[in-house]
Amino acid sequence: MIENSQPKPETIQPSASHAKKITLVTKPRKILRSVLAGLTIVTIYSLATLNNSNLQLSEAFKSLGANLNAMFLHPSVGQDSWALLLRALATSVSLAMLTTLLGALIAFFIAVGAARNLAPNWLATSIKAVMAFVRAIPTILWVLIYSVVMGLGASAAVVGLTFHSVAYLVKAYSESIEETSQDTIEALKASGVGFWPIVFQAILPSIVPALLSWTFIRFEINFANAVAVGAAAGADDIGYYLFMAGSFYFNFHEVGLIVYLLLAVAIVLELVSMKLRGHYLKHN
Amino acid sequence: MKTSFPSPQSFFRQRRLRLSVVLIILIGIYVLSMTIVNFQTWTSIVKIPAGIIWLFHNFIPTERSISYLGPILYQLWRTLLVSISSTIIASLFSLVFAILGAQTTTPHPVLRIVIRFGASLLRNIPVVAWAMILLFSFKQSDFTGFLALFFMTLGYLTRAFTETIEDLDAEKLQALQAVGANYFQCVFCGVLPEAASTLTSWVLYMIENNLRDATLVGLLTGTGVGFLFDFYFKSFRYDAAGLIVLLIAILVIVLELTSTMIRRAIA
Repeated sequence: MIENSQPKPETIQPSASHAKKITLVTKPRKILRSVLAGLTIVTIYSLATLNNSNLQLSEAFKSLGANLNAMFLHPSVGQDSWALLLRALATSVSLAMLTTLLGALIAFFIAVGAARNLAPNWLATSIKAVMAFVRAIPTILWVLIYSVVMGLGASAAVVGLTFHSVAYLVKAYSESIEETSQDTIEALKASGVGFWPIVFQAILPSIVPALLSWTFIRFEINFANAVAVGAAAGADDIGYYLFMAGSFYFNFHEVGLIVYLLLAVAIVLELVSMKLRGHYLKHN
Repeated sequence: MKTSFPSPQSFFRQRRLRLSVVLIILIGIYVLSMTIVNFQTWTSIVKIPAGIIWLFHNFIPTERSISYLGPILYQLWRTLLVSISSTIIASLFSLVFAILGAQTTTPHPVLRIVIRFGASLLRNIPVVAWAMILLFSFKQSDFTGFLALFFMTLGYLTRAFTETIEDLDAEKLQALQAVGANYFQCVFCGVLPEAASTLTSWVLYMIENNLRDATLVGLLTGTGVGFLFDFYFKSFRYDAAGLIVLLIAILVIVLELTSTMIRRAIA
């Protein structure tokens, strides 16, 4: 009798704790799913509790259809004149240009103080915190707040819009400045170049495309804001006429015309920005 | 071949010349806009410090303004809900439009042009105009604000989503097609999982943006926290208005920080 005294051949059994299950559901995926689920629940709750007091939705949509028809298919100048509306449109564009230029100029100097590779850390941090606070308050509230101090009209609109532009552009500019390599700055400092020459001769030329594209984005935002300011704070621009036509005279033909004018400006702005970026990208 | 470089002198002269031309044009634009808007730069700049001091005197919430906290928090909550729900509903529609309109996944090129044009139209009508258009049909209800934000967001997100999908690697789609996946399999198993985190971060950005715009829409349509601000502001209860401004700022900053955190976690 041959006894099988041989020990059992050892096989390496993977222990359960070592086995890694390969799954598609990684941690980022789980977080993504829970965020989306949370947002969906909030949406359902908010739609269920939406305050639609005494509102017949089907009738409301029917009247919306009629209004859209009046607006877009039969636009007219209404009780204002072409000259008045075009002048108001020019005011809006000018308001946007003025606040963007003013904002860009102020923001650049503040951004130099807010860039971590140029300014001391405490200064950069505190400037960034203040700017984050200014940015968090909607533009229209800044304009309304300043309209108490300066009286309703152009000055309050310009100052309020500029305030928000500065806060926005400081963030964008300082981040662009921080992308300049530290080596360049160190090398220039070591060879004895002063602070402002470094800023204007080394940093500024290398970030012009970024600055330009941020400034132009802000210009588009400022144009939309200028219209809003006219409507809500009574600056004498196209937004004011839009507001009057829409909620006082209920003249939808005029609302339609003004919307067409705004669309025309928006299209021109988009074309200009495409050209501008193409031009600068080619040069650098 | 020999390329000729300008001498340093002429290079710097040219650069200075170009710089001065640009500066003169900018100053010209500034002066022209100043006259059109009728804005006096100096007198206004001089008033800014006084304005800030006045702000600190009157807009600081006092003990009295605490009594307004209840309605303010309620309206702020409503505004937040409207901005979230309008973004989410709009993102569902934009996702469909983006899939139909992106170059890599479009079923038909004509559809692509129609969707691009429509999105551009929605995006370029300012939110004020939307508020005015909708106010007449939907009266003073949350629904007006919801729809105004919805149309704006639809325009923005459709473009953002389309670009995100077009940025994806086209070869993966081709590989899926090569092994015989049909259109829906390509979209749901190839495109969406790949793009999900970028799309979500666009949605989060739009929620932040909409919260800011919701204040403006509320101001114009008489709903939400914007209306409450207008009401306190026009009845000279500046401390209560200041409390609203402070709470909006806090909410926006908290939202920004949360979405940055989420973006980092899902990237």
